[in-house]
Amino acid sequence: MDSLLSLLIWLPILGAVLVLLIGNNRISIARWVSVSISILVFVLSVTLFLDFDTSTSAMQFVEKASWIGQFNVFYHLGIDGISMPLIILTTFSTVLVIIAGWEVIKNRVADYMAAFLMMEGLIIGVFSSMDSMLFYVFWEASLIPMLLIIGVWGGQNRVYASIKFFLYTFLGSVFMLVSLIYMYNLSGSFAITDMYTLPLTLTQQSWIFWAFFLAFAVKVPMFPVHTWLPDAHVQAPTGGSVILAAIMLKMGGYGFFRFSLPITPDASSSFATIVIILSLIAIVYIGFVALVQKDMKKLIAYSSISHMGFVTLGVFVVFSIMKMGADGQLVSINGSSIESAYLGLEGAMIQMISHGFISAAMFLVVGVLYDRLHSREISTYGGVINSMPKFTGFAVLFALANAGLPGTSGFVGEFMVILGALQANFWFAFLAATTLIIGAAYTLWMVKRVFWGPINNPDVSSLSDINNRELCIFAILATAVLLMGMYPQPVIEVMHTSVINLLEQALTTKLPVSL
Amino acid sequence: MMNFQFNASELIFALPELFLLSAISIILLFDLFASERLKPLTYYLTQLALIITGWLAFDLIGESATIFSGTFVLDTMGSTFKVFIMGFAIIALVYTRHYLKAHELLRNEYFILALMSILGMMVMVSGHSLLTLYMGLEIMSLSLYALIASARDRSVAIEAALKYFVLGAIASGLLLYGMSMIYGITGSLDIAQISNFARASTLASQQTLILNFGLVFLVIGVAFKLGAVPFHMWVPDVYQGSPTSVTMFLSTVPKIAAIALLIRLLIDGLGDLQHYWSDLLMIIAVLSIALGSLVALMQSNIKRMLAYSTISHIGFVLLGFVTGVVEGYGAAVFYILVYILMSLAAFGSIIVLNKNGFEADQISDYQGLSKHSPWFALIILVVMLSMAGVPPFIGFYSKLFILQQVIAEGYVILAVIAVVFAVISAYYYLQIIKTMYFDDADKEITVSAPLDMRVVLSINGILILLVGLMPSFWMSLSVSLF
Repeated sequence: MDSLLSLLIWLPILGAVLVLLIGNNRISIARWVSVSISILVFVLSVTLFLDFDTSTSAMQFVEKASWIGQFNVFYHLGIDGISMPLIILTTFSTVLVIIAGWEVIKNRVADYMAAFLMMEGLIIGVFSSMDSMLFYVFWEASLIPMLLIIGVWGGQNRVYASIKFFLYTFLGSVFMLVSLIYMYNLSGSFAITDMYTLPLTLTQQSWIFWAFFLAFAVKVPMFPVHTWLPDAHVQAPTGGSVILAAIMLKMGGYGFFRFSLPITPDASSSFATIVIILSLIAIVYIGFVALVQKDMKKLIAYSSISHMGFVTLGVFVVFSIMKMGADGQLVSINGSSIESAYLGLEGAMIQMISHGFISAAMFLVVGVLYDRLHSREISTYGGVINSMPKFTGFAVLFALANAGLPGTSGFVGEFMVILGALQANFWFAFLAATTLIIGAAYTLWMVKRVFWGPINNPDVSSLSDINNRELCIFAILATAVLLMGMYPQPVIEVMHTSVINLLEQALTTKLPVSL
Repeated sequence: MMNFQFNASELIFALPELFLLSAISIILLFDLFASERLKPLTYYLTQLALIITGWLAFDLIGESATIFSGTFVLDTMGSTFKVFIMGFAIIALVYTRHYLKAHELLRNEYFILALMSILGMMVMVSGHSLLTLYMGLEIMSLSLYALIASARDRSVAIEAALKYFVLGAIASGLLLYGMSMIYGITGSLDIAQISNFARASTLASQQTLILNFGLVFLVIGVAFKLGAVPFHMWVPDVYQGSPTSVTMFLSTVPKIAAIALLIRLLIDGLGDLQHYWSDLLMIIAVLSIALGSLVALMQSNIKRMLAYSTISHIGFVLLGFVTGVVEGYGAAVFYILVYILMSLAAFGSIIVLNKNGFEADQISDYQGLSKHSPWFALIILVVMLSMAGVPPFIGFYSKLFILQQVIAEGYVILAVIAVVFAVISAYYYLQIIKTMYFDDADKEITVSAPLDMRVVLSINGILILLVGLMPSFWMSLSVSLF
């Protein structure tokens, strides 16, 4: 189908309008319509995946139409191996959150479902825009439903969290806007691929790099601009946290892949060490911060930041492994093979997907407990296994995946990035690898305090185990986590050609070659 | 020196103005003699007059002529501005009628005064001589003073009217002072001749000095009318004190006329001194954006907040003129049109909640609005996000256009300052959204506005989204005016 991407973007958005029209008074219809639309979109995205040609790094499913003639802005869509998995992740997570919000949300149900559908369409738009202005429009517009989700259905301190979330990310993005316009004025085009070939001096690249960095680092979020995330996560309703962690953070990582590396290769290379250091701080320091949290959601939020550190580490470590030789061939810097550079980038991608599954699962685990006892405090619980054995089984599986147990998806991405980092610098790899200890420490310690041990709180003994709806969600997620952990090959295959292409772009200097 | 010749065939080019003037006289007489039962017709006649005037102006688009011995110009820009003035005024009057009814202020002089001020705006838009421009400005302003004072029993309204009148008179005086200097040095009131004089390369330094001196006063006069910092003092008080319908009118349609005044004086007349007035406007623009964004943060009265927000929007408009290129001017015009569309919707959303003498002008009045009237809450949400410059709403594209031009002319720092303040200003727009969506209501607000008000406001809100999805046409239209 020619307009499959448009369909993926606009079907959920129009579906959201439909659900809004159905209104909060006809809850049951609104729920069923929402879930059908989200499943339909997921099925469509699977057909997209099946039709995807893994042998080329060129954009596929391209659609192009003039949009704002004044600025040469096109409604230009297309995907490659880097956006493909993220689109699947988006459609997959949306189905989950809509089912997860089924009975839990009692207030303004239709609006809630509509917000998630709207967000789904906008985020797919982000991942498939080939025009930077179209990208920016989707990027910013996706803030609006999230603002409302946190603000309307959030917890006690939701106003603070939602406005902080919005302003933080808005501030990051406007600098990206300025640099996009700056490049437009140089090249006369907002097309992302034209920006790849636009010659830029190192000074220009540096400014543009930092402008992009602000936008993407806030989104990822990287240390030290991560402080909005714990607030947003803690206050957001379960579904909001899931989408935030599973998809919105990936928009930042995606930005590094799509914009920073290919558009500002020389600046990325010269600032790579700074980014790597920030990533390592996130991995280690934020890991310790997670250790002392009393609130389960906050703990998972910090763990998210720590895990996302692997993404930026994997992306920027390639500059320490490979460089472009004079003959246009990739040359290794310290004798490692070209595969280790792929390991960095592909590990970062796998880590994004895997973190999407695991963080979604972890937030849903907390959501299940919160729905029953309305507390996120670790100290409220203890001995949950006695009353909720099935639930505990899943929770422990996801916790182990979060800690990076081999055989789960959490292991694959981190292991690949660590292997890549090892080729660059032993200490990078060493520090990154400490997460396997710290991550296990905070996750398993939480598991111990929540699920094992004696029951201290009488309410815990009267907890009812998960119902079929929840069981279904967790079973799907558990399958995804294990499948990715045991057999990540299909995902790697999808992105491999695009990653090779990206690596070449990232290592090809835009500066005039001095002889 | 001036040779006034009258040629009846020229009248056709001033047909919209002539028609409106006749219509005003007829409506005035009709209202005087109409029985109580027929009085409500005045409103409909007013709207009809606006529609016909708009249509006449639309019909003249593409014609260009300079008539009445060079004092009156008809060009595409003028005609287009007039069409927009009519269109926006029609929307404004729909909202106005509901407001006046809700506060028992409905007197028909209101509509006649509004028509009169619109006539003044049309004269400003088409003025091609310092005298015509000034005359248009005064016709407009005097009617506006009276409009503000139309709420006779409200002391704040009287205060606002008096404040606007006194400060407006000072501004007019400054403008006249500047005009007299320019007249003194160039020997002509005609914009074309002033332009020729300024273009001549053989100016003595004495002449340049006086010309520049006059220019400064012109800029001050225009900045005052636009409400730009540091000539903004009247804006918050007048906006807050005036009846909301007048605030809405003040903050929307006359801005087009003020922009036209700026274009006629600075670009058409003194375009060759662009490097000079650009620097003046740049300072004014940056100060306006900064002060408007910062001070609005602390307001609890929504009209006052919108007043400061207007100041910051005007700053963005002026940035477009700072660039000194045609596309930049086009961006500024696009911005002002977009701003008016948003501003109409913003005030319309305040007015739609008014009933039985209740003014919904405190931000806290919006608590929980999204529960009781989700549709209007959604419209306010769209308006606020659009004003904050969040895509995909139209407010984003107007900022984008301005920023693009500013960066293209090499002022990257200006663009960075502008976007940082845009983020700061997003905070107070978010406050309104927060109040409507996140807060629980103490009291229930229901909308009981008549159907025409609801429909027009809905269309107004939808336009903000729709034009945002397809901004191309308006953008190229704005640039084509120069």
